[in-house]
Amino acid sequence: VSAPTSALRTGRDPYHLGHAPSTGAPEYTGHGAGGPAPKRIVVGYGFWIFILSDVILFSCFFAAYTVLIHARNGGPGPELFELRNTAEETACLLLSSFACGLASLAVGRRSLLWTEVALAVTGLLGLTFIGLEAHEFYGLVSRGDGPTHSAFLTAFFSLVGCHGVHVTAGLLWLGTMMAQFPAKGFKESIRHRYLCFSLFWHALDIIWIGIFTVVYLIGKITP
Amino acid sequence: MTLLGKLTWQAIPLGEPLPLYSGLAVAIMIAAVLVWVVRRGHLPYLWREWITSVDHKRIGVMYCILAGVMLLRGFIDAIMMRTQQAVALNAPGFLPPSHFDQVFSAHGTIMIFFVAMPFVIGLMNVIVPLQLGVRDVAFPTLNSVSFWLTAAGALLVNLSLVIGAFDRTGWLPYPPLSELRYSPGVGVDYYCWAIQISGIGTLMTGINFVTTILKLRAPGMHYTRMPMFCWTALAANLLIVAAFPVLTATLGMLLLDRYVGFHFFTDTAGGNSMLFMNLIWAWGHPEVYILILPCFGVFSEVVSTFSSKPLFGYRSMIYATMAICIISFMVWLHHFFTMGAGAEVNSFFGIASMIIAIPTGVKIFNWLFTMYGGTVRLATPMLWSIGFMVSFVIGGMTGVMLAVPPADFQLHNSLFLVAHFHNVIITGVLFGAFAGYTYWFPKAFGFVLDERLGKWAFWLWLIGFWVAWGPGYVVGLEGMTRRLDHYSVAEWRPWLLVAEGGVAIILAAIIAQIAQIVVSVRTREQRRDLTGDPWDGRNLEWATASPPPSFNFAALPNVADQEPYWDMKARAREIGHLVRPEPDYQPIMMPRNSPTGFVSAFFATVTGFALIWHIWWLVLLGLAGAYATFVVFAWRDHDEVLIPAEEVARLDRANRAARTTRLQERIAEREAQRESDQ
Repeated sequence: VSAPTSALRTGRDPYHLGHAPSTGAPEYTGHGAGGPAPKRIVVGYGFWIFILSDVILFSCFFAAYTVLIHARNGGPGPELFELRNTAEETACLLLSSFACGLASLAVGRRSLLWTEVALAVTGLLGLTFIGLEAHEFYGLVSRGDGPTHSAFLTAFFSLVGCHGVHVTAGLLWLGTMMAQFPAKGFKESIRHRYLCFSLFWHALDIIWIGIFTVVYLIGKITP
Repeated sequence: MTLLGKLTWQAIPLGEPLPLYSGLAVAIMIAAVLVWVVRRGHLPYLWREWITSVDHKRIGVMYCILAGVMLLRGFIDAIMMRTQQAVALNAPGFLPPSHFDQVFSAHGTIMIFFVAMPFVIGLMNVIVPLQLGVRDVAFPTLNSVSFWLTAAGALLVNLSLVIGAFDRTGWLPYPPLSELRYSPGVGVDYYCWAIQISGIGTLMTGINFVTTILKLRAPGMHYTRMPMFCWTALAANLLIVAAFPVLTATLGMLLLDRYVGFHFFTDTAGGNSMLFMNLIWAWGHPEVYILILPCFGVFSEVVSTFSSKPLFGYRSMIYATMAICIISFMVWLHHFFTMGAGAEVNSFFGIASMIIAIPTGVKIFNWLFTMYGGTVRLATPMLWSIGFMVSFVIGGMTGVMLAVPPADFQLHNSLFLVAHFHNVIITGVLFGAFAGYTYWFPKAFGFVLDERLGKWAFWLWLIGFWVAWGPGYVVGLEGMTRRLDHYSVAEWRPWLLVAEGGVAIILAAIIAQIAQIVVSVRTREQRRDLTGDPWDGRNLEWATASPPPSFNFAALPNVADQEPYWDMKARAREIGHLVRPEPDYQPIMMPRNSPTGFVSAFFATVTGFALIWHIWWLVLLGLAGAYATFVVFAWRDHDEVLIPAEEVARLDRANRAARTTRLQERIAEREAQRESDQ
């Protein structure tokens, strides 16, 4: 019996939050009567809460950006942005998330080779994204449109840069995970950690979609 | 650029002897304690049992100790300010303005971030997992990291006494004053990095406790069976998760302005300082409720226990808590009605602020009705609660006055405002923390605090508070603005002298509290709490030994209703023996101790210090060290220790024996009572 089916059969996981373990021990979702939730649920849930807090951190930078968008100090506005570079960045990040999803499947099948391959692809695409972003930033700064020129540019560099810093931290984490899989195998704790990493990586995509829309797309129609 | 960045010998404030000598005195005291600890051979014990401990009870105790020590530091600042204002009528007083500004900034920063926060988080740490009937929080090692990061922040604030200077812009660094142009020194940087580091710790606490409360509860504990303290802790931690990222982002923006010349709040090149006010208070107002909600929870527990009645209106209390939790995010603008947002905006925020008084009023009435008809025992925790109810209502009403925009235009930045928030924070948060501290002390340490000195402390604090801050309302209405290092209005002087007297009374109260600890520790053998239930409590924290074993419960309790332990006791009296038969003792896996928290806080302190002084190579070193710490932690294989079944049995049997004895006594008492009635 596959794990989701057994969870359906026992009816103990009405929200499909967790798969019933193969031992047949009862598993509860923590909604009330069942007692402490299993470790996988606790770890994943805690990390979700962290992601929510991170989204709130970004929302401040989004708010600052929209407040300061017209404060240009005589300098340029959003007409500055190149959509082509942005499209390439977006493609990299989304494909990277796809590769991260493939890595999750490989972890599920306990295939070390494919896990490492998929993670390497995830990382390379992430690295390309960072490279493209650095390229964009470098171009702007070298033209004299750096973050110190106006409040608008300050807010732009901070919002997009904050996402870039997150991706960089994610890459550091990814590298650590790629070392951990061969060294530690598919231990439960390592799989939980990978679950958190993939949540993080996908969440950064969602943030990027927000940046793509609010900064670049709307920027094209903002006077 | 030099090897040590901006740091030179000039940073030692030889020109300002007061902070230098007091800082040195503290440093010598700490060194003396360290020498004593090492000479007596306590270091291995401290390292093993406390510094590396991931036990939520130990971490909670350390949080409370940190809060107590920092309360002394913040209170010394208070004495200095009150004394300065008592003598500074048409005179410079004894503090130069630059020092006075540091004192009021440090006082606010310390009291909010390093006294009130650690105190409520400490109480939550000790009690929430016990009340939920589980063995630990969701992420025990993260919990230790949280604590040590908070301690690192406190250390940085105190370091500014002897190396450099602290922030002079008030407890919130309002730009443009806090921008590099007007505050070129390291004070604002000390503030920002200390708060960033401790803020990350607090955020992790929030994540940890939300997960713990929502996902780890004893079997049968539905949401509507959770003790009120757990509910308020849940609300407070949800607020932490939603609000602290805003603080991190806002201070991050200020730091970007200061370090790399950005223009968020500079008011030049398009920067907008009012953006800072909006963002900081979007954190700051929920922060107030992060502090007060857990204290409301403490009062709920204490009032119910010492009235020997279930909490009146349990469900309405939940609704009130969650209503406050949500509305607290919709009132931030009342901190700057004078910004000029217009009548509509000010009206909205004025009304939203007044609405918060409604759920708070619900709570007050619920506590009163809990006492009504109950057998009220006036033990120290109950005194704190009653003192709170009487005083807090006044603080709440002055708050509603300030929520009226036209009135606020007059009272803004006056001592009336300062008196208001001291009224709610001292008689609300601090009294709540003290109530919780005296109530749960026996649970944490296994003996009861001295009641006589506790009552002295309570009365001195209550009277001292009103003598110190009653005059604040008066001079505020007479037009005295806050943060004056000198003044020329003779009518204020008598009131400020009275306030100085109030500070002396509070000093006596604090001495009584220290004496209470000393006396209680010395006579602890006579004050042992053998059963684990010294106050005839109602919730699960009293269902285990005092102090609880590291695993809290030998077998997880089964919860059948809202006051599980009270019902267990009632049924035990009926059937004449403990309700639960001796469990089949199993070995228990508990998380292993880890120095991760201590080591990462060490690197955080190094990084923070290096950032403050622009020592860039040390910044890189600190960050690399922090990353290495996490990798080492992630690499360990054995993260749990096994407590053998015999050990579990030994500890639990001893507690069961004590409880059985107590049960027999109670049954005998009841028989005797019945006979004498007949």
